[in-house]
This record gives sequence, C-alpha cells and structure tokens, in this order.
Amino acid sequence: MTTPPPATQPSASPPPTAEKTSKDGRHRPFGKIVRESFLEGNTFTVTVLALFSATVLGGLLVAFTNTDVLHAWSNFFSAPGHAIAAAWDAAIGTYVALFEGSVFNPHTVSALFQQASISTAIHDGYLSAVFAPLSETATQATPLILTGLAVALPYQAGMFNIGGQSQFIGGAIVSAWLGYNVNMPFFVHVVVCVIGGFVGGAAIGWLAGEIKARTGAHEVIVTIMLNYVMLYFLAYLLSSQSLMQAPGSTNAITPPIASNAHLPLLAGTHLRVNAGFLIALACAFAIWWLLNRTTTGFEFRSIGANASASRVAGMNVERNWALVMAIGGGLAGLAASTVILGTDFQLNPQSFGTYGIDAITVALLGLGRPGGVVAAGLLFGALHAGSPGMQTSTGTPVQIVQVLQALIVLFVAAPPLVRAIYRLRTARASGVGGTMSKGWNA
Amino acid sequence: MELELRGITKRFGLLAANDGISLSVAPGQVHALLGENGAGKTTLMNVLYGLTQPDEGQIVIDGKPVKFGTPKDAIAAGIGMVHQHFMLVPVFTVAENVTLGIEETDRVGLLDRRKTRKDVRDLSQRYGLEVNPDAMVEDLPVGIQQRVEIVKALVRQANVLILDEPTAVLTPAETEELFRIIRQLKAGGTSVIFISHKLKEVQTIADKITVLRRGKVVGERTPPATEDDLASLMVGRDVQLRVDKQPAKPGDVVLDVAGLMVPGEHGDMPVNGLSFQVRAGEILGIAGVQGNGQTELCEALMGLRPTAAGTVTLNRRDLTHASPRNRLHAGVAYVPEDRKEDGLVGSFSVSENLVLDMYDRAPYASGLNLKLPAIAANAKARIEEFDVRTGSAAAPAGSLSGGNQQKVILARELGREHKVLIASQPTRGLDVGSIEFVHRRIVAQRDHGVAVVIVSSELDEIYALADRIAVMYEGKITGFRDPDVPAAELGRLMAGGADGGESLAPGMPPVMEEDAAPDGAAPDGTGALPPEATASQEES
Repeated sequence: MTTPPPATQPSASPPPTAEKTSKDGRHRPFGKIVRESFLEGNTFTVTVLALFSATVLGGLLVAFTNTDVLHAWSNFFSAPGHAIAAAWDAAIGTYVALFEGSVFNPHTVSALFQQASISTAIHDGYLSAVFAPLSETATQATPLILTGLAVALPYQAGMFNIGGQSQFIGGAIVSAWLGYNVNMPFFVHVVVCVIGGFVGGAAIGWLAGEIKARTGAHEVIVTIMLNYVMLYFLAYLLSSQSLMQAPGSTNAITPPIASNAHLPLLAGTHLRVNAGFLIALACAFAIWWLLNRTTTGFEFRSIGANASASRVAGMNVERNWALVMAIGGGLAGLAASTVILGTDFQLNPQSFGTYGIDAITVALLGLGRPGGVVAAGLLFGALHAGSPGMQTSTGTPVQIVQVLQALIVLFVAAPPLVRAIYRLRTARASGVGGTMSKGWNA
Repeated sequence: MELELRGITKRFGLLAANDGISLSVAPGQVHALLGENGAGKTTLMNVLYGLTQPDEGQIVIDGKPVKFGTPKDAIAAGIGMVHQHFMLVPVFTVAENVTLGIEETDRVGLLDRRKTRKDVRDLSQRYGLEVNPDAMVEDLPVGIQQRVEIVKALVRQANVLILDEPTAVLTPAETEELFRIIRQLKAGGTSVIFISHKLKEVQTIADKITVLRRGKVVGERTPPATEDDLASLMVGRDVQLRVDKQPAKPGDVVLDVAGLMVPGEHGDMPVNGLSFQVRAGEILGIAGVQGNGQTELCEALMGLRPTAAGTVTLNRRDLTHASPRNRLHAGVAYVPEDRKEDGLVGSFSVSENLVLDMYDRAPYASGLNLKLPAIAANAKARIEEFDVRTGSAAAPAGSLSGGNQQKVILARELGREHKVLIASQPTRGLDVGSIEFVHRRIVAQRDHGVAVVIVSSELDEIYALADRIAVMYEGKITGFRDPDVPAAELGRLMAGGADGGESLAPGMPPVMEEDAAPDGAAPDGTGALPPEATASQEES
C-alpha cells in the first residue's frame, strides 16, 4: 500500500517514546529490541499503525464518495481495471494534494527557477511560495500544540481538562484587551500581551482546579460548564461598545490589535508563520522539563498515577490539582495569544474555533506526552493546512479531513482493535496493571 | 473426579513461571499448594482455570486429556475458582451474584428470582454455608463474601474448588469457619486445591501438600511434616521463624499518643480514646483482630485522617494537627498497611519510588530541579542494601513481587532520618524469606534507638517482634502485656475481655494503665463519647 506522507511526521520527533519502550533490554541486540517492540504492540507501534489504518480507510472513503469513481464502478464488469484505477487515482490524488498543501509542492520550485534573477524571485515571493505549505502547517499547528499541552499536562496529574475552550477565551480576552487598549513600545507590548494571555487562561484553569480541590466537584463537569460561562461572557463583552466592541462597528468584534503587539513574523512578510510557533515549541520543551526534571512535575506525575500513595508521601494533592490546572489553563491562554496576536489580530465570538475539542484529540494522539503532542499538533496542523488546496485541486470536500482526524483518534483510542487487525501481542509491562505483574504471581 | 496435571510448563519471556509441574488431586482431597510469592502457584491455577494456556504439558480429568481455552471450559469440566480478590458485584444481592451468567428465566423470559433464592438456600444448607440470599453483597463482611464465592462455584457444579490465598483477608475466626466449610465439602466428595504460603494453615487443613519453588515441584508431604521442614523446602534453606534479638534497652519516651479519638466515615469513632507511649529502642506490638480501628489509628498518626480529640507528641513536639509532610520531616517513618495503594506508585520506576517522600530535599533536589544522578545513585545503593530483586532500577515498581515491593518501601522509609517507625501489617502477603528479612530490619531499627510501633493481626509476628504488646479492641487498648504472655490471654483481650491488669511492661507509666482499663471495661465503646470530643468533631 501507499506510505502516507503525513504519517511520516510523528516518527520524526518521538525519540523519548522510543527510549522509554526499550526498557531493560540492555544486553540484547538493538535490532531485536526494535523488532520486539514493534511486535509487542506497545503504545507507539499502535499509534503508528492507527495512523496507517486511518489513512487507508480515509483513502477508501475518498475514492467511494468521488462521483467519477462511482461512475467507473457502475461499469465495473465491462472495465474492472478502470474502476480500480479510478479509485486509486482519487485516493492518491487527494493525499498528494494534502501533501502539496502542507509540506512541499514541486510546482513552486519550477516556478522559482523560471524567474529572471534571484532578487526578483525573492522579492516577488516565489521563494516564499516554496515554503508556504510548511509555514501554513506550522501556523495551524501552533494553537493545536499549545491547547494539546493544556490537556496533556493535567492528564499527567490525573485530571481531564475539557475546558480548553474556556481557558482559551480567558486568555484571548486579556490578550486582545491589552493588544488594542494599551500603548507600549514594540517588543514590550507583545511580551505583555502574551503573558496576559497566559494569566487569563491560567485564572480560568485555576478556578476549575480550585473548585475540585475545595469541594471535590469533578473537573470534567466544572470545565465543561465553565466553557459555557466563558462563551457567553465573551459574547456579552463583544455586544457593547462600552465593553470590548470596536467603536462604530455593528459586528461583535474588538478593535484591531496594535501593530506593536503583533507576534513577529519568522520568514518574511509573504508567510504567516510567526513567533507563536516558537512559543509552542518552547512550551512543549518546558512542559517536558517540568514533568521529568522538577519536583513539581514529580508530584504531578505521582498524583496522577496514585493519589493516595502521594498523599501518604506527604504531597499536597489538592494544591497540586489547582496548580496543574492553572498551568494547563495558561497554556490554552497562550494558544489564544498566538491566534489573536499572530494571525487574527482581533477577537470575535468565533475566535476560539474548535480548539477546545481538537486539543483533546491532539493530546490523546500524542499519548499525553509533550513530544507526542508536538508531533500530533503538526500532523493535524498539516491536515488543516492542506485541506483547502485539496478541495480546489481534487474536489474532495474539506470535511474529509475532519473524518480523517476522527478516524485517527478512533483507532488510537481503541488499541485492542489495532492489535487485533495487525495481530500484535499485548505489551509486556505497561505500568501497574501490566500482564507481567498479574500473570507472574502477585 | 480425578484431576491430574502433567508436566505443565508456562513461560513468560525467558522466565519459566511453571517448569514441568505434575500433581494429582484425588476426589475429596484437600490438596495444598505451598510456595513463596513468585513460586508459580497462581500461574499454575490460572492454567488450570483456563485463564492462560500452558506452553507444554496437559490437564487430565478422569484419565482423559482436556484443553481449557477459557474459564468457561474449565467451569464446564467441574472446576471452580475463588480468587484472592472476589469477583462479585457489590450492589447485587447474594442470589443475583450467584446466578450471574447462568440466570434462570421463566416462560416469559423474566428472571426467576424465587428459584434462584431457593437454589442458594438449598446449597447453603447442604454444605453448612449460611448466607442470606437477599443480602446485598457490599453489606457483607469479607468472610461471608468469600462464602458467596464458594456457593457460586458450587452452583456451577464444581467438583474441584480452587481457593487462592483464601485466608489472606480473613480474621482468625473467619478462617476457622472456612476450614469447617472445607471439611464439609471434602466429606461431600469435592476436592479442594488450597493455595497458601501460611505453613500453619496448610498443616491444619491439607491431606497432601505440594511445595513449589521457582516454578518447580520441590517436594510433596503429608500433614505430619514439621513447619521447619516445609519452610526450608519453600525457601530452599533453613529459615528461622523466630527473630534473634537481645532484650530491649528502652530510652526516653519518643512517641506519646494520649486520648486519641479519630472519627470514621460513617459518623462512628473507630479510634475511641486510645493512649500509648513508645520509648526509644523498644518495639510496641499492637495486636488485635482486624477492623478494630488499627487502620484508622495508623492513618491518624500519619496525619491522613483528622483527629477529633487527643494528642500525638513526638519528642515533646505536638504533631496532633501536623500535615503528613511535616510528620515525615519530624522523623516519622511509615510502612502503610496497603502497600500497593498507599506505599508505592505502581507505574513509577523503582528508583522514583525510593525517593517518593524525599524527592524535594537535598541531595535529590535543589530548588525546582530534580537531581537525577543522586536519585539513581540512591536507587543503586538501596537496591543492593535491601537486596531488591528487580530487572533494573527503571522497572515499574508495580511489576515487582509483593516481597520486593515491601523491600522498596522499607528501603525508602528506613533510609530517611527517623525517630519512630510505624509499620502496619509489615509482612502481610510476604513469603517466609521476605518476612525474615523484614523482621530482622525492624529489630535492627530498634537496636539503633528508634521507637517502633508494629500493628499486626498476626500473633506470630507480634510474638516474634514485640518487646511490649498492646491489644486493641473497638478503638481502644484493652491491655498491655509482656511478650511472654500466653496466647490465650491475648486472645481474651482481643475479643474484648476486660483487662485483669496482671502484668505491666517495664517502663510503662501507671497513668496509661488507668486510662486503658476503664475504657476497655466499657462494653459499648462508641456510645460513651466525652462531650468535648463531640464538640470538636462538629467543628471540623
């Protein structure tokens, strides 16, 4: 079968995953370890195979919703080769278009070489066009990575943060208000706005964590309800010019962000990729560091794995719940900053998009680990970036990308299904309830 | 039914959990399977019950080889299993649990509850297994829940009943009751496979004893075998069941618990005016039937449960309302009763578990930063010192055997600077070799001048360790005794008998005796709350 281009991306960055899965195999040859770890059906293998399965199934879906293909199929008995070829072409064409829109499009290179001189090529944006797909992928991935981290971090501490949306809105409100309402020099302004975004999101996240810590109310319910509260709070803020609505506007929209508060572009004025992407990568690294190298992260992970033993060990479980939700909320708030200050430059009642829900998907696909979240964010960013081009060049509706995303998550969320399809053995020791600890006399 | 296992071999990776095991069970025989944790007992039974497939060997029933792909096949062949952790639905009645999966329906297709109830009652009567078919399982004590499991197996016409560590969760009285039931089953022709690592029980109940070690049968005995003989077969060397120790040299009072009252979850008072003192260099053994407030006492001593009244003082420092962390810092080492739930983070590595309550202190951290090399060095040293058997320090603690998990906890708690050691059921579920190790470590602590409190429901353990014995009953200490007190006397106190006040341990202040005696004499402990206790309970 085909090797799907998007699937190659996650394998680029999960060395931490690979390291962890090789466990205590110090004296075994490397090749054997690799082979065993694949046959074993650990989470990494399952994720890769889930991506592959989703790609195949998505391809079939594309082929059999394409009218040309269906037509060819109706003449299957007179020209069976034609039907199969048409289906193949439709599926491959779609994936090629997705790839060209998100990673690299060869036509842009030939266009580049047709230019008279290098300076015109650069000046007229032909060089930028070569990198446009990657820029778009990075831009789309930025808020996905940050909101993904906002789910993944609390998840490590045993909390399920469904409140990405409310925290995003909290950050967006503070970020936008500072962005259009305050006058500051260039660099200071953008930094203040980004920090403001973090604080706005953190406040909402902390609220959810604190309510759980004080009253025991389940964080899933609290965060979902806060989503509604913030959604309508934003609508209210944008409904009146005495609040945040742009003066003279009849639309629910804030005034534009001051240009001093725009996130700096990274690759020239023709490309949208901005410093927000660097913030996202830095945050992923920071969260990895926090979890694996600090006492706070040790507490988070310990509480997530066994709250009662953590309490016995002297950890303050409740305080950590509030703290981890505050940091998680702050990350969602940062995501809002990158959108408001990086691409949208104003706040409207739809600014939060579907990030709150996509975040859960990204965190799940990234196995709750920072490196995985970056990989998953990039993959989904690529799917988003490639979908408009895919629709124009192959006529495949953009919604197929949503279906593809859903299929990926479906397979990732059902490891036994993937194991059954590929006849993998179950992983040996996947933590507490591993087969090893159970089967081998407890 | 004649059951025979021939050359059963089951491998997990390179390890052979079962290595060519053969044994046969005659009808109406109680066959004990004795072995340390990790000897392969449970794996063998999982093979027999169809939960795992053997790599080699076969199961033969009445001369015919059979294959069990799933437990269903095993049940159909007349094999019943009572797991160590019961497989019951807590919110269902006994009758519903018993018929779960084999429900009888009437003509319309509705559940035939009346017939179910009658079946349960008939069976109960036939084997003397008294259970009320309409009782909700969650309301039943553990011993009765086990009985429900046995009835469940019998309803499915089990001819061979496997009991996996059946006494681990039972009180001595419940154990006696279980033995009575086993004898009755035996009389009715049912064979019983009794898995245990408790020598005494095996000797009491078994007709035949098969000893496993490292996945192999190392010997078969019939009951007159001595305990020493069985123990050395199990661990492969001679074991001392008594701990060698010098007489205690008690110093100053280190831990002083006075008039402690700890409220429970349901408005009760599991620890109800309890007082004791422990001196440096002595071991106080708190004996008592489980469920008399021992768990709550330990949790309150660690600050995991709020106290309603009374004080806890460590070296004259009041810790009554200190947080768990402050208590740890003040020098309390704690080995919790439930090691999987409270002692370890199963998915954390052994090295992370070895610093679970020290990760935020030098040398393991400076500021926010964890010092990974220091944590690794600590793990290496502790694993060696305590002989923790693990593939590597990075292996998840949950994958270790029970004995090795307990060693990890001990290594951590004893590695910290401490003045008092509180250990609750420190050797529960451990094999003989590990028990010996743990006991020796605890005595070594005492000899270093640590004040030690051992809470145990095993009298053997209390006798082996304690320099002074306190008996706990319904949240109070009913009496203090010297370690040479006869077991019958302790048994009387454990059952709530009034303290005759015959012998006092040396160094015990008379004031405690006055506290304990009238309390112990009160037949109904929970009703008589001092007014101030009730008041502070309402406040908190």
